[in-house]
Amino acid sequence: MAMALSRRRVLASGAALAVGGVSSRQSGEARAGSFPPDVPDSMHEQGHSVLSPAYGLPSKFEKDVVRRIREPRATDTESFSVTPLQNLHGIITPNGLHFERHHAGVPEIAPDQHRLLIHGLVERLLLFTMDDITRFPSVSRIHFLECSGNSSTEWKKSGYHSVQRTHGLLSCCEWTGVPLSTILVEAGLKPEAKWILAEGADGAAMTRSVPIEKALDDAMIVYAQNGEMLRPEQGYPVRLFLPGFEGNMSVKWLHRLKVGDRPWYTREETSRYTNLLANGKAYQFAFAMDVKSVVTFPNADRSFKAPGFYEISGIAWSGRGHITRVDVSVDGGASWQRASLQDPVLDKCLTRFRLPFDWQGQPLEIQSKAYDNQDWMQPARSSLIAARGTNPRYHFNAIQGWKVAADGGVTNAST
Amino acid sequence: MRARNVAAAIALSFLSGSGFAEQARLGIGTPATSEQIHGWDIDVRPDGAGLPPGQGTVAQGEKIFAEQCAACHGEKGQNPAKGFDRLVGGKGTLATPKPVQTVGSYWPYATTVFDYVRRAMPFPAPQSLTSDEVYSVVAYLLYLNDIVPRETLMNAQELKKVKMPNADGFIPDGRPDTPDLTCKAGCN
Repeated sequence: MAMALSRRRVLASGAALAVGGVSSRQSGEARAGSFPPDVPDSMHEQGHSVLSPAYGLPSKFEKDVVRRIREPRATDTESFSVTPLQNLHGIITPNGLHFERHHAGVPEIAPDQHRLLIHGLVERLLLFTMDDITRFPSVSRIHFLECSGNSSTEWKKSGYHSVQRTHGLLSCCEWTGVPLSTILVEAGLKPEAKWILAEGADGAAMTRSVPIEKALDDAMIVYAQNGEMLRPEQGYPVRLFLPGFEGNMSVKWLHRLKVGDRPWYTREETSRYTNLLANGKAYQFAFAMDVKSVVTFPNADRSFKAPGFYEISGIAWSGRGHITRVDVSVDGGASWQRASLQDPVLDKCLTRFRLPFDWQGQPLEIQSKAYDNQDWMQPARSSLIAARGTNPRYHFNAIQGWKVAADGGVTNAST
Repeated sequence: MRARNVAAAIALSFLSGSGFAEQARLGIGTPATSEQIHGWDIDVRPDGAGLPPGQGTVAQGEKIFAEQCAACHGEKGQNPAKGFDRLVGGKGTLATPKPVQTVGSYWPYATTVFDYVRRAMPFPAPQSLTSDEVYSVVAYLLYLNDIVPRETLMNAQELKKVKMPNADGFIPDGRPDTPDLTCKAGCN
């Protein structure tokens, strides 16, 4: 059996005498601390053994870096959790922190019991096992996934000060899977094929209609996430993934694709995921996630502590292409500075931006504004509301302001 | 060397240009039988495609709703438990600051109610209702919203004829719907 050799444990157990060569020099000394000139305890002993645990976990000192629910909902299964953007670095979301949105909880599906059916307007009606799916030529791509309800609280005055609560229905992973077009070739599309119904094997039998253009463009049948098989919360063992489109369409636990000549007008594309305007009409089939950005440092949990140098940092993304530019304002939009974009800058992917900043202790309002390579840009909240009112529940992509008080405290500027 | 690169580029562009239709099949997967498909093929479209045989009445729907739906959605779908959807009412509210989006006020197609109840309701036991029971619950919800009369016998033929009050309430994605969404200069 492997055993950690801890000096302190050995000494404390009185076994020291049995262990030849162990000096008692430090054991008799009080340990003053970890900072110089004292030598940290960790340098006087063996650490934890390998495989503790076999599947590695974050440091116990990071225990507060977790997904959270925004508000309790009527059930724990028709619910969602948000990603702690304030604690993340770079562009990749660790799998255990990817936001969740479930309509009937997380099903437990054994991969050998799972089948993907493709039928409808195809030449060949086919069933695929997971072994079949992973035999196809695969691709890996880094893309964000954003619920179109992300930041929807900001249509009205949200009262949320945490970026996790305002923008945390957003994550970004490397996704590995089979291009949907490859599967469609295998089945053979009939000429009338215009839409595809994707259905999940959960208790909601989640269904969305996907236009054939997207299916043949960059849609994927995904089985892996950041190098490992999908997490159950992300659709294990297989999900649809539509880069840049509203997250709900990337149907998890995918078990059926039906090819048709028109959309199905499912509940999730009529009653939900439509955008009710001030005039009572609603946008339907508004799929692409607009260009958007948010400052993630400073934030309500971690901010400036004293005057001096800091790096303002955040993330930007576009469902239509890649980020070309992010401007940052510290005076509520009166003046703007261009932030630097951290490589890699990828299509339909989070881009990290940074701006060096010397804080003199004055109150600020920090904003960020993103642009993409398809000539879309992030609007002011007032412009978006002027165009659509405050009733849409989806596709809010306006500039987010954070007020920084003289004590460094961060609050939502639109409250 | 250079010639070979050019040849490779031509070959590549031919491959990508030939596109979807020219990709080779790989022979992966097994044929699905009609019996297998039948068990999973539950979707319903506004033109009635996918509606199963069967029928139901408002009275039967009222009984099923009271037993299986009212605990969350409230008696007569009017006063739901906190956090659950109201299913009835809301007429005339869509263009107000407090829209009430119900089956009656917002849903564009009655077939979608059938499809959704069949696949996802009742919440604790999805896909447990018979087709007759789903027709009945749908009839009851449409009756409560003043869309069909109480004596309605709901079936596939009747359901696809139902015209919902907000059927014309949906428009295509209007973005960019403000000049502030598109960049004219200095975008990168």
